[in-house]
Amino acid sequence: MIGSTPIDVTLPGFEDPVGQAQACFRAVLDAMARPGTLVRAGEGLTPPAPLDSATAAVLLTLVDHDTPLWLDAKTAAARDWIAFHCGAGFTDTPTDAAFALAVAMPDLLTLSPGTHEQPETGATLILQVRNLTGGTRYRLRGPGLRATASISVDGLPHDFVAIWQRNRSGFPLGVDLVLCAGTTLAALPRSVIVEAD
Amino acid sequence: MPDAQPADPPKHEPSNGANDARRHWMSVLARAAADELEQQLSASGGAPTYRRLRGPESGLVMVRGRAGGGGAKFNLGEMTVTRCTVRTEAGRVGHAYVAGRDARQAELAAVFDALLQDPARRDALHVAVIEPLAERQAAARAAVAQKAAATKVQFFAMRNMRAS
Repeated sequence: MIGSTPIDVTLPGFEDPVGQAQACFRAVLDAMARPGTLVRAGEGLTPPAPLDSATAAVLLTLVDHDTPLWLDAKTAAARDWIAFHCGAGFTDTPTDAAFALAVAMPDLLTLSPGTHEQPETGATLILQVRNLTGGTRYRLRGPGLRATASISVDGLPHDFVAIWQRNRSGFPLGVDLVLCAGTTLAALPRSVIVEAD
Repeated sequence: MPDAQPADPPKHEPSNGANDARRHWMSVLARAAADELEQQLSASGGAPTYRRLRGPESGLVMVRGRAGGGGAKFNLGEMTVTRCTVRTEAGRVGHAYVAGRDARQAELAAVFDALLQDPARRDALHVAVIEPLAERQAAARAAVAQKAAATKVQFFAMRNMRAS
């Protein structure tokens, strides 16, 4: 066993790791391709507090030892579970993170936007929100959307439109956002334009 | 973090230190066949209520070696390993990593690892399960070594032959 602090895990991860991870990967892919679309993920999972099923499924699917993960103060409670089931490497510096997990929007400028040579190395923020069916409405435009789409999110900061505009200003650099609530997720890739509705 | 106990040097006798004891029983369990483990489990009161935290799942691990035991590390090759982690009702987490693809063996070994962490059952299980298994494994190893030893070719250097 590694280290001197034993990992305390009481809850299982995916029951069928290959099948469920593939299904969740497909869900994230669909959500990224069509920004704002609600897709289901993580049904049947029993993650530890404060993680929702969809959040946990995204972590189990995308995070491993090659992708440094940064946790905000609240999600640190689930650190052991993530370490055990994802084999995740953690980082305390948001800039180094390939993935960031948070329940409250962190400052996007602290996350890595990638480099001009390799914009794909920009961080992905997995943000757990209260609700994806109610709350503030946003209008979405951009690649993947033939017409405008809309998404309602309860749990984003009130100045999210301005924050996202800043994130988009350096395109192709920027942070991608995956929103999770319950067993639902939606994604806002850095290419999407968000406006108040 | 201040450490109250002095750090023990690495030891290899199974009786020294909780970690070494666990290492010993885990290695014995990893070498025991699923049937053997199944028999031993039913003989020692059956399986406790437990849930699987992870696996059993098979994968590959890279085995690394050193030429002559002291050279630079190199990748010898990959081997199939099956691992399983269970948690008993009493809250003890048992791990097992076994060679090969026998999922049942990995699960049973993990269950035994969890049971052996219970101080109330450890000694009885040690006498009833681990020691007999360890003896049988040592005997099997010795039998193979003996057979191999009979075919050993002695190479004499010219100098030695002249001297004798």
